[in-house]
Amino acid sequence: MNAFGYQFAPLWTDWLVYFLVFSGIGFFLYARRHEHLARPWRQVVRRPLAMSAALVLLVYIAIGLADSIHLQKQRVIANSDAVIFSSEKISLLDIVLTTLRVQEEKTYSAPFAIQSYAKETIELPDGGIVREFPRLVYGGIHLDQASDKTADIVAKTIRAIAESVAIFVLLIVILNFFLARYYQNSFGRQLNLLKLGDADLPWRSLLLMGFVLTLVGLVLIRLAPYYHVLGTDKVGKDVLYLSLKSIRTGLVIGSLTTLFVLPFALSLGIMAGYFRGRVDDVIQYLYTTLSSIPGVLLIAASVLMIDVYIQNNAEQFATIADRADARLLFLCLILGITGWVGLCRLLRGEALKLREIDYIQASQAFGVSHTRILSRHILPNVMHIILITLVLDFSGLVLAEAVLSYIGVGVDPSMISWGNMINGARLEMAREPVVWWSLVAAFIFMFLLVLCANLFADSVRDAFDPRAY
Amino acid sequence: MDAKVTTANAIEQQEVLLRVDNLKTQFHTSRGILRAVDGISFEVRKGETFALLGESGCGKSMTALSIMRLVPQPVGRIVEGSVNIGDTDLLQLSEVDMRAMRGGRIAMIFQEPQSSLNPVLTVGDQIIESVLCHTSLKRAQAKARVLELLDAVGIPDPARRYKEYPHQLSGGMKQRVMIAIALAGEPELLIADEPTTALDVTIQAQVLELLNDLQRQTGMAMLFITHDLGVVSNIADRIAVMYAGQIVEQAARDDFFGSPRHPYTRKLFESLPRANKRDESLAVIEGNVPSLFTQFSGCRFVDRCDYAWNACHQSVPRWLGDEESGVRCHRFDETVDQSDNEPVEKTSQVKTQVSPSGAIILDVDMLKVHFPIQKGLLKRTVGHVKAVDGVSLKIAEGRTLALVGESGCGKTTVGKGILQLLKPTSGKVDFNNQDLVTLDKKTMRGLRSDIQIIFQDPYSSMNPRMMVKDIIAEGMIAQKTVATRAERDSRIDELLEQVGLPVDSKQRYPHEFSGGQRQRICIARALAVKPKLIICDEPTSALDVSVQAQILNLLKELQQTHGLAYLFITHDLSVVEYLAHDVAVMYLGRIVEHGPVNTVFNKPAHPYTEALLSAAPTLDDESQRDIIRLEGDLPSPATPPSGCYFNPRCPKVMDECRRVYPNKVELNSAHSVCCHLH
Repeated sequence: MNAFGYQFAPLWTDWLVYFLVFSGIGFFLYARRHEHLARPWRQVVRRPLAMSAALVLLVYIAIGLADSIHLQKQRVIANSDAVIFSSEKISLLDIVLTTLRVQEEKTYSAPFAIQSYAKETIELPDGGIVREFPRLVYGGIHLDQASDKTADIVAKTIRAIAESVAIFVLLIVILNFFLARYYQNSFGRQLNLLKLGDADLPWRSLLLMGFVLTLVGLVLIRLAPYYHVLGTDKVGKDVLYLSLKSIRTGLVIGSLTTLFVLPFALSLGIMAGYFRGRVDDVIQYLYTTLSSIPGVLLIAASVLMIDVYIQNNAEQFATIADRADARLLFLCLILGITGWVGLCRLLRGEALKLREIDYIQASQAFGVSHTRILSRHILPNVMHIILITLVLDFSGLVLAEAVLSYIGVGVDPSMISWGNMINGARLEMAREPVVWWSLVAAFIFMFLLVLCANLFADSVRDAFDPRAY
Repeated sequence: MDAKVTTANAIEQQEVLLRVDNLKTQFHTSRGILRAVDGISFEVRKGETFALLGESGCGKSMTALSIMRLVPQPVGRIVEGSVNIGDTDLLQLSEVDMRAMRGGRIAMIFQEPQSSLNPVLTVGDQIIESVLCHTSLKRAQAKARVLELLDAVGIPDPARRYKEYPHQLSGGMKQRVMIAIALAGEPELLIADEPTTALDVTIQAQVLELLNDLQRQTGMAMLFITHDLGVVSNIADRIAVMYAGQIVEQAARDDFFGSPRHPYTRKLFESLPRANKRDESLAVIEGNVPSLFTQFSGCRFVDRCDYAWNACHQSVPRWLGDEESGVRCHRFDETVDQSDNEPVEKTSQVKTQVSPSGAIILDVDMLKVHFPIQKGLLKRTVGHVKAVDGVSLKIAEGRTLALVGESGCGKTTVGKGILQLLKPTSGKVDFNNQDLVTLDKKTMRGLRSDIQIIFQDPYSSMNPRMMVKDIIAEGMIAQKTVATRAERDSRIDELLEQVGLPVDSKQRYPHEFSGGQRQRICIARALAVKPKLIICDEPTSALDVSVQAQILNLLKELQQTHGLAYLFITHDLSVVEYLAHDVAVMYLGRIVEHGPVNTVFNKPAHPYTEALLSAAPTLDDESQRDIIRLEGDLPSPATPPSGCYFNPRCPKVMDECRRVYPNKVELNSAHSVCCHLH
């Protein structure tokens, strides 16, 4: 891809993210054709709360995906035909958020501030020196006077509200138009049904959630180019930008780890349960040993090891982004290796139970081979456990990243993540007046993601609960 | 039992204790309104046993729960009717008063004694809880009362049992404990919801006798819920038959068994397998119980009834009779035009029969399956559970051998041992002159198409994630019996037709079928690889009587058309009488008697066979039957008694029995027994 002067330059984790997206689509297509998988999902999509949570998750995922398409900018060198690319990799999200990215202040500034957070010594044109709060370089420079600020913010917000209401109405009309066509109702009647919430899908909740999201989005779009909505951090970077960039890190940790968990947990778990005897002994020994080692210790040791490796082999990593990415990938791997034990235990127990069930015995009486029994009978019948565990584990992993980065063994310090944001903010908590916005921003973004993931996971678990059969 | 008949008149004089009037219980689910109980009225008098008879899902348990006001909330609710006990309307009581009522004036016992007792509390603690709750006794007195109750329900050594936990008791003992708990509040009415269904026949006989005795002593009334006609004839004074949420017939015991009126009841009697029906196929009730989600505009039984005519489709039959007896059927309604209610004759096709050669295809010799008991850190083997301890049997082509015994005697293990699903400890399993025990895995895999198995539970015997066609095809693929996909598809169609299922069912999942239909799919799956021998492991015991008849007919027909041999594992003697040619009676891992069905059933040689036969409830007149009641339970197969395994329970025990295990005695060429009496 060479258009617009950019070259497609994906990182390792990007490839894995693409792989996850495609396997997700593949699973969707597979589940559509298999009743036992499609039925619980239909139950999930009928729940208003689950679908609202899913909508928020979708927004997160969209931001994360936009941030997973990495590009290198073409550098134009005078008097040369050679095409040379910048050593800096930036993502699609970076390009969209260029204003936020480049508008860097000198240091801390509070949300919506137009003046710096600390007094500085300023030399006046006439040679005199005063100490005062200087105006920011970017925040609110379009204002002539500081007193215009409130009126300006209110005006921009009202405009955003008006726009989002318009979009909301338009959305209802379009949706209703298609629903009316689909159910072959008149437009008015369908509108009434929509209002009553009488449909297969919880459209009402989806529309409301959609309204809230567009409102927040539009308010940010209107305000963010002019103000630092969530303030700036120590080196003057916009906190909103940092929070948005952190989304990818969180999602990657939460989802890629499962990619490393699955092969271990699945193969070892069902093998231990199905074959029992020696195989079971060995596998149990393995995971009992592994789970006896303190996880944090193992992670800290491994992360330090990879650090040393990266430093010694710097030539393998072209850019800073590559280096940070390698460490992120390795963190996922090590979290996966320490995290498969729980799922493995669950699957072993389930396989132990299943192997005694009549239909497995019937297959054995037919002389069906072990691999076929494992793949055709055991695997589909433990699928719900895998799904429930993975979705429930996701939020735990997002939080784990924050904790690990906080204690310094998480992602690379140069990588933007909620953990690093909290880690940075920690040092300023004792300051007077306190610098609270980094912490609060990371908290809000993480809280929303984990809350929605948990709500969604709850519905998935309910729908896939085998006792419901 | 004679007492029962003589007290019948006395009961007539007694006042009414429980009066249920037009009770309706509904469940509001996402699929619509489920009318579990749809307008039920009956009365139970003091000292009377009132039986509520019906197939699974007909609403009989829900009736009991409605009386106790224990209908699952919030989906279920009682929408109409009244339940009066004495002068109190239970449905008007506050929850606090109702709680005193439960276990006080009305007590209830359930089907599964295993799950009704709390495993972490001692037996005594669980009974004393009920005593303290419903009487004003102090703790010390209450304990004495508990011991008294344990004694009353026939538990030996109550002082020791008081301190024991439920897992230390056998199933029969647990049910006795449940009865003791129910009796703690000295109830006027005892609701027994299938109290003996989970128990073996010999234990069932003990429990039924106990309930009878208790009733005589305390004068309480009993509402007895069951699906078993035999049990009903043993215990009930009056009987109501439920079908799809309604009572269709009600009568006193003698009238009921003498002249059943409703077509459904009559069909139930006809579909019971018995010896004198051996050469004919059983009457079956076609189809299934209608879904309780439907709004009925006619008789609920109309689709399955041989007599149904226009009127039955068009109008709902009314109750003909009074509170004492009656029937809900247009045939007995003079106000309905009876002109065209001739029974529809169902023609049965005669299928080609394969005449079996009589060659022995399975010869099991001294088969032993022992499970090691491992203890301690190093898993040392400290003993063996001798589940199967030297079983020998022979099956000829086209014949059925029934393996009969109580639960825990090792009959299922024999089946799995023959199939090599469990590795036998020793012995020989000769199938067509090849010893399966010593075969290597590959040869064994090739032979698997010849021996197949059908399981008891039709719900767990099919993978819920696979479509019916994949389930049936699995064996064919593994055994490579068909070459092409097209051939396989046509074979699946053929098999579905053979077992009487529509061809379009192959695209559906197991959960869309009823128990009987599932069992048919399982039979089709087994037939797919053209086996010579099918091991049927209690294939009908999870099914209702009417459905059981369908499956038994099918098995019999398949045997005739395909020349199949069956090893029929069961505890139900009436099924044996109907289906089997030979029978082997098993007790604690060993066969105690073996012979042709007629000989064994008419002249049982072993005291255990005798006891089994007499304990099985039948419809025959009780007064002429001399029931041999066995004391105690099946001993543990880990520590069998010395000498003859049956000696602790044997009514004819001799000194010798306690010392040596008896040798096999050939009574004649076909009939053999292991007993010192012979």
